[in-house]
Amino acid sequence: MIDFLNAIVVLLNFVFIPALSYGSQLALGALGVSFIYAILRFANFAHGELMSFGAMTTILITWFFQSYGINLGILPTALLAIPFSIFFTIILCLLTNRLVFRYYRIKKSAPVVIAMASIGVMFVVNAIIRIIIGPNDKKFFDGQKFIIKAKQFKEMTGLNEGLALKSTQVITIFITIVLLIFLFWFLQKTKTGKSMRAFSDNEDLALLSGINPEKVVFITWLIVGTLACVAGTLYGLDKSYKPFTYLGLVLPIFASAIVGGIGSPVGAVVGGYVIAFSEIMITYAYKKFLKYILPENLEPSGLVQLLSTDYKFAVSFSILVIVLLVRPSGIFKGRTL
Amino acid sequence: MIKNKSTETISIAIMALLFLFVGIFQSWSLSLSILNMCIISAIMSMGINMQWGYAGIFNVGIMGFTALGGLAAVLVSYSPVGEAWRVGGRGMITSLILLIATVFLIIFINKRFKNNKKKYWLIAFIIIVGIIIINIFYRPSVHAIEAVNPAISGFLGGLGLPIIFSWVVGGLFAAGVAFIIGKITLGLRSDYLAIATLGISEIIIAVLKHEDWLSRGVKNVIGLKRPVPYEINLQQTDWFISFVSFFNKTSLERITDSSDRQLYLTNLVIDASGIFVKLCYAGLFSIVLLIILYLANKAQISPWGRMMRAIRDNEVSANAMGKDIVKRHLHIFVIGSAVVGISGAMLITLDGLFTPASFQPLRYTFLIWIMVIVGGTGNNLGGILGGFIIWFVWIEAAPASQFIIENLTSGLAPDNKFKLHLLDSIPYFRYLIMGSILLLIMRFRPKGILPEKIRYS
Repeated sequence: MIDFLNAIVVLLNFVFIPALSYGSQLALGALGVSFIYAILRFANFAHGELMSFGAMTTILITWFFQSYGINLGILPTALLAIPFSIFFTIILCLLTNRLVFRYYRIKKSAPVVIAMASIGVMFVVNAIIRIIIGPNDKKFFDGQKFIIKAKQFKEMTGLNEGLALKSTQVITIFITIVLLIFLFWFLQKTKTGKSMRAFSDNEDLALLSGINPEKVVFITWLIVGTLACVAGTLYGLDKSYKPFTYLGLVLPIFASAIVGGIGSPVGAVVGGYVIAFSEIMITYAYKKFLKYILPENLEPSGLVQLLSTDYKFAVSFSILVIVLLVRPSGIFKGRTL
Repeated sequence: MIKNKSTETISIAIMALLFLFVGIFQSWSLSLSILNMCIISAIMSMGINMQWGYAGIFNVGIMGFTALGGLAAVLVSYSPVGEAWRVGGRGMITSLILLIATVFLIIFINKRFKNNKKKYWLIAFIIIVGIIIINIFYRPSVHAIEAVNPAISGFLGGLGLPIIFSWVVGGLFAAGVAFIIGKITLGLRSDYLAIATLGISEIIIAVLKHEDWLSRGVKNVIGLKRPVPYEINLQQTDWFISFVSFFNKTSLERITDSSDRQLYLTNLVIDASGIFVKLCYAGLFSIVLLIILYLANKAQISPWGRMMRAIRDNEVSANAMGKDIVKRHLHIFVIGSAVVGISGAMLITLDGLFTPASFQPLRYTFLIWIMVIVGGTGNNLGGILGGFIIWFVWIEAAPASQFIIENLTSGLAPDNKFKLHLLDSIPYFRYLIMGSILLLIMRFRPKGILPEKIRYS
C-alpha cells in the first residue's frame, strides 16, 4: 500500500503537476492562436513573439517595481506587473493590426498571404525584444518559491517520495482557470461575445445583421493580447525567460490549437492539455514509478523511457499528424476552410 | 510576352554594382564570400519558389531539408570509420531492415483494412512492438559505435567519396524525406501543411543533434574535404606564383630591393590564393545555379508548368479537368525540396564543417521565405534575385546599422549607457530590417520585385 502511494506521488510530482502547468500555458497560447484563426482567419506565426513581448514587458515593469521596493510579499511581483504589461501587449497587437493585418483583411487576401505577413511581424517583434532586453536568460521570479517542499511533504506524510509544489505552478493553474471562466462567460453570455461567435461562424451574415467588424476585430486583439501576455509571463515565471524559447513554443501551440479543433475555444484548451500530457508522459522515464509498483524481481534495468526528452517535438508533431489523418477537423469540430 | 525586361536588367545591374562596391570599399575576399552564400541562398529560394510560386505549397520546413543536404555532405565525403562499422555495423543494418519491415507492414495493413476504424489500434500495436524489437538491436550498437574513440570519431563516418557527389545525394535525401512527408500531409490545407513541415524540420534537426552515431551530434563534424584546392597548397605551386607575379608585373618591378619584392610577392600570393579558392567555389556554384535555372525555366513553360499554374490558380476546376491535384503537389513538393537539399549540401561544402546546432528556423526557414517573397513568386529569376538581395542585406545590415547608430548617437558621450546598449544589440537590427523589408514588399509590391511573367498564347 505504501509502495502504491509512493508510486502515485512520483507520478504526481514528475508527470501530473508539471504537465498541468505546462498544459495551462499551452492552452492559453493556443486560445490566442485559435481566436485569431476564428475571427481574422489566418495562422499567426508571430504569436510566440507576442508571448515573449508580454513576458518582456512584465520583466521590465517588475524590475521597475523592485527598484522602488514594491513587492507582493510571498507572491511574485510579476503578478502586480501583469496588468500593465497586458496593456502594452495589447497596444502592440493593435499596432500590428493597424499597420499590417487590417490591410489584408479589408483586401480579403488568402489566409496564407496573411500568415506570411505574420512572419514579417514575427521578425520585427523578435528584433524589438532582443534590442530592448538582449538575448540572454533573465530571472524575474521573487517571493516564496515552493508552497510545499519535497522534504516537508516527506515529513508530513512519512512517505519515501516527496511532492514539491512550486508556487508558479499553482499560480499558473489558478490564473488559467480564472481566465478561462471569464472568457467562456464572455463568449456565451455577453452581446459582444455572441457577436464575435457570429462573426466567426459566418462573416457575411454577421455583417448583414449589423455587426461592426472593426469592433469585433478590436475586441479579438484585446483578448489575444491579454492571453498572449499572460501565457508568456507564466511560462517565463515557471521556466525562465529566454527570448529564443518562445519561437520553439510556436509548434506545440499550433499543435494544441489544431488537435483541439482550430477556431474552437474549448478545443484549444483541451488540445493544450492533450499535447502537454502526452509530451511529458511519453518522455518521462518510468523507472522510479515501476520500482514501486512492480514486485522486486521484475524491477526494470533501463530507464523505461519511451522517447528521450530530446525528441519532445516529435511527440506534439506525431499527435498532430495522427489527429489530422484520423479526424481532420480536430477533437472538437473546428472549422475546415 | 515579357513585360518587365527593364526591371530585370536594372536589378541585375544594381546587384553587380553592389558587389563591386563591397569589393572596392571593404575587400574582394568579403565580396566573394557574400557572392558564394548569395548563390547558395538563390538556389534555396528557387527551390521554395517552385513549391510556392508554381503550386502554392506553403513549406516551412526548409531548415530540415537544408540540414539533410548537409548530412549528405558528411556521409558522402567523410572517410569511413572501420572500427565503428566493425563493432556496430551489423546491429545498425539489422535495425534498419527491421524498421523498413515495420513500415511496410503498417502500409500493408493500412491498405488491407481500408475502412475499418479498428485498424488504428492494430497499427499502434505494431508500432510499439516494432520499437521494442528494434531497440534490442539498436541500443547496443549505438553504444558500441559511440564508444569508438569519441574524441575524434564516435560515429560511422561516411563513404569517403569526393564531396561534390554529395550535392546529388543531398538532393536525393531531401527528395526522399519530402516524399514521405508529402504522402502523409499533402492532402491537408495549406496552413496545416505549414505547421506539419515546421514540425518535421524540428524533428530532423533533433535527430541530427542527438543521434551521435550518424552525425556526431553537437560534437560537430569538422574538416570535410573540399572540391577545390587548399590555399596552403596553392601558395607553394609554381604556376600559381608566376600567375600572380604576371598580373602584378608593374607594381613588382617598381620595388627595387629583391628581398622586399619577395615579401611583397608572398603577401600577394596569400591574398590571391584566398580569392582564387573562393572564385573556384563561385564557379562551381554558378554552374549548379545555371543548370537549375535552365531546367526550372524549361519546366515552367512546359505543359507540366502550365498544369501546375492551373492547379495553383483554381484547384477545383483543375480537378474537374481530370488533374490529380494531390499527386501533382507531391511532385512539386519533392522536386522543390530536392533543390533545397542540393543547396544544403553545397552550404556544408563551402563551410567545410557540419554543426547541427547552428540550424535555426529564423535563419534557415523564414529568411528563405523572405527571399522568395521579395524576389518574386513564380519567377525563377526573381527567386535568384531575392536570394542575392536578402543575403546581401543580411550580411551588410550589421555594418550599416553600426554606421547609422554611431552617427545618430555621435552627440552622446562614448560611455553613455543608451548608446552602448544600442551598439551591443547591432546584430538584432538585421531581424528588424528583414521583417520591415518583408512587410513593405508584401504591402506595396505583393508580387515581388520581379513579378511572375504572364504569357498569353
